[in-house]
Amino acid sequence: MDTEYRHIADSGQFLAQLANRISYLIDVTGDSRWFGLDMLLEEVTFIRSAIFELPERELFRKMNLLDERISILEDRAAKELTPVRMVNIVRSIQRFTLQDILENVYDSYTELGGEEDCNIDPAVVVARATISRRVKKRIYKHQVMVIGHEKGMGEEYRNGGCAKPWGNDKALRYMKVAETEGIPVHFFIFTPGSYPIEDFPGAAQQIARNIYAMSKLKVPMVSFISEGGSGGAEAIGLADIRLMASHGYYSVISPEGAAAIEGRIREGQKVPRELVERCAEQLRMTAQDNLKLGTIDRIVEEPPLGARKDDYDFFRRLRFEMIKATDEVVLGTKSFRAFRAYVLKKQVSRRKEPSDSFDVHISWNLSESEIQRLIERRSKKYRAMGQGYIELKKESLINLARLREKTRETLSRTYYEIKYGLLKPQKKSVQKVLEEVTGEGAAFLSKITEPVKAAVDFLAGPQDETRALIDDSQQMSIFTREWEQYVSPLANEDRTVTCPNAAKYGCMDLWVPDLYGEFCGVCPTCGHHFPLEYQWYLQNLFDAGSVREFNQHIISGNPLKFQGLDARLNRDIQRTGRRSGIITFKAKVMDIKIVVAMPYSNFRSGTFGSAEGEKFIRACDLARTRRRPFIAYIHTTGGIRIQEGTLGVIQMPRCTMAVREYVDSGGLYIVVYDNNSYAGPVASFLGCSPYQVGIRSSRIGFAGPRVIRETTGQDVPPDYHSAKNALRRGHIQGIWDRRDFRKNLHDALMTMGGPNLYYK
Amino acid sequence: MDINLNDLLRQYHANPYEEHEMCAPHTGTVKFRVEEGQETRGPSGQWLHKPGTLLFILERENNPKRITASCNGEVAGVRHELEGRFVEAGTRLLTIRHRLSKNEVIDRILTRVLTVFPAPQRARYYLIPEIAAQMEKKAEPSVSLKPGSDAVIMSLMKRDTILKYEGKPGIIYKVYFKSGDLVEQDAPLLGICPPENIQYVQKVIDRIKNEWEE
Repeated sequence: MDTEYRHIADSGQFLAQLANRISYLIDVTGDSRWFGLDMLLEEVTFIRSAIFELPERELFRKMNLLDERISILEDRAAKELTPVRMVNIVRSIQRFTLQDILENVYDSYTELGGEEDCNIDPAVVVARATISRRVKKRIYKHQVMVIGHEKGMGEEYRNGGCAKPWGNDKALRYMKVAETEGIPVHFFIFTPGSYPIEDFPGAAQQIARNIYAMSKLKVPMVSFISEGGSGGAEAIGLADIRLMASHGYYSVISPEGAAAIEGRIREGQKVPRELVERCAEQLRMTAQDNLKLGTIDRIVEEPPLGARKDDYDFFRRLRFEMIKATDEVVLGTKSFRAFRAYVLKKQVSRRKEPSDSFDVHISWNLSESEIQRLIERRSKKYRAMGQGYIELKKESLINLARLREKTRETLSRTYYEIKYGLLKPQKKSVQKVLEEVTGEGAAFLSKITEPVKAAVDFLAGPQDETRALIDDSQQMSIFTREWEQYVSPLANEDRTVTCPNAAKYGCMDLWVPDLYGEFCGVCPTCGHHFPLEYQWYLQNLFDAGSVREFNQHIISGNPLKFQGLDARLNRDIQRTGRRSGIITFKAKVMDIKIVVAMPYSNFRSGTFGSAEGEKFIRACDLARTRRRPFIAYIHTTGGIRIQEGTLGVIQMPRCTMAVREYVDSGGLYIVVYDNNSYAGPVASFLGCSPYQVGIRSSRIGFAGPRVIRETTGQDVPPDYHSAKNALRRGHIQGIWDRRDFRKNLHDALMTMGGPNLYYK
Repeated sequence: MDINLNDLLRQYHANPYEEHEMCAPHTGTVKFRVEEGQETRGPSGQWLHKPGTLLFILERENNPKRITASCNGEVAGVRHELEGRFVEAGTRLLTIRHRLSKNEVIDRILTRVLTVFPAPQRARYYLIPEIAAQMEKKAEPSVSLKPGSDAVIMSLMKRDTILKYEGKPGIIYKVYFKSGDLVEQDAPLLGICPPENIQYVQKVIDRIKNEWEE
């Protein structure tokens, strides 16, 4: 009796497992009728209910049969793993979460900044953890900071791992704690995307702050991606080594979101399944695809149908991979001259199979010089990422103009390096001494110091031309004189338009030639700014004839061969006569030399792909070499170009890295938003600027109203993204009138840039 | 009581509509987009940001302007003879017959019978604590106000001013704001009813609540 009871009890457990396996298969295939899964589940449920009524032999026979059938289906599903099924795996309730990792990969952990629902944001979990390795008979413990998303096990308050802005802020706070303590950070990304709300600190702005901080965080960082949903993933994704689960996805947008955009599906309508599948395939979101694209470093293998909560072998492998990756990052900072480091590196990279014991113990503490090397390697890594997919304009072998440009570029770089790298510090230190001396006995020493100062000035060449000041009367008159020279083609119509604020402020109808001519596209009653083409700004904002475009040979392509993108690109090329969604140029504003990057609306809505990112980075670098202020004037940006998949997403860390290096070297970076600025760029290299301003009537935000409605289930007011609200939330520092743009920009350069404009 | 509430109610029963005349806001050529008897919807959404039903297009200087319904109702009196013709500003083009809801009828009747105490400025308002306490105790309107008695506290820029009631003596029948609310200038704060009319008004309102069909 006793034996029979135990058998039946075991059978109950076994049947529960079978039911779980079937549910998991339903999750993976997304179809309860796939090879009769629903019938199988019914059968299991029936046997479970009749477990005490069936004869023992019959019960075991049925169970074995079910087991066999489920195993066959599991093999079949594993062989037919499409990208959409990968997404289903990642979203299954049976998939492992960060909690499982904390319990099984790390020895012990203490959660920081709240627990469960008593938390500033339960979607983000931060823990101080220890991870240990065995070397021969000794156990070595490492302290790490674990930061990741927690999808929760059916816990609604976790929001499915969608971090709110304050959740990302919490992540940043503890990254800085790790930096203070000098311990590595392990990131675990389990997010379908960030929670798209603008409340302070703001979804986009906070992600931007995180990426900006991570670009130079002084500790080794390793990230592991299971579900990498665009900007949300990047908020804790810029790591020295990026690992990815073999059954995870890392994508610019969810396949459903991409399908809704591609198929122009109306809000509330169902997106066709075939379209979702096609988009999922084209987005190249799987681990293998990402490895090929170079957006991740390594894949952590999972069982054939993905790892679940009880796959302890997987956790063992993950633990091994996390230690190995951290070792690699640490060893990468060691000088190559040290033979020991070289041997260790070899040893570490050779190991493929997970094991609890390691050959050597590697300390994860870094010295100052190693930290420096770590940051340099990180910069190099991200700058090189996706480089192979940048398309260049086909040119004849002997292109004299290009050759001339290249030679000029090299010569000018050398010139500026000598001027600012060698002479300026000397000049500055001499000047400093002189200032100190003259301050104490100016009258007494002036006769001696003046000749020396004159000699130094002579050696350093002419005065920095960017210092030139212009009196106020000139500032006003130049603008008035110049905008009259260019008239927007929009003005060539004999009709009137109605201001959108007419009902509120009683604005009169505006005659188009007046509106786009004399009024500069601004309603004279309420000040509403009607959109103007980018050419208007090129003509009216900068000194006449000073705009010099560069890097025109970098052109937008279709690196993922996304269906339909080539035709759309060609259409935009025909329409605009340009080859990418951004214009980068050198220009002057009231004689101050600046470098400008300007994404504009007419070319793929100013979205950022590989070409646009590269042009932005090069503009940033040029501004750094030439010690010029760098202005990002955003005529419009619709975000990251989704058709470039993760090659688009990585422009977020890449460009932020370039911006950070520019700002750290003393550069003045000003961002001006106009018309519409949304998503990835705002959540990285634009949002991280210390000086951001909006032009009146512009809209700035992370996700548009439709995405917010669909994600949060709540509607937003029509002015949710307005510049005024962005200012109120502290996302921007001011609002400029288009008619005062030139004057305001000059003022900003003079006040924020200080006497040298380039303030170090 | 000067107004016979029963007569008023009878009138509303006989014609439960309010007519909104839709006129041309400016000169232009008109093109109708609705038919006689068609249902219209007014602006909707939490912030009334979704425009109502398109009624007609008025075009002046190549600027076609979409004129939408300002309230729910039924289209009547469409002046089809003006279709495609140039009209002067203020020309009546159609009428929206808006069927009054139960609450709208009650509101309209109350504004006729109550003495309204309006907000003198855009500010935050609080009921005098004693009045608030008395009103909390009793469900029925029973707190009386005499000319010269303290009624509400107006809080503006952290400065509180007690406002005195200056109208006819009566009982506070309706409070139009919640304590601490920001109230616009001239918006009603209190509705005061002469004590002898209270029961009569209450009876009429109960009748509307029970009988009015929407």
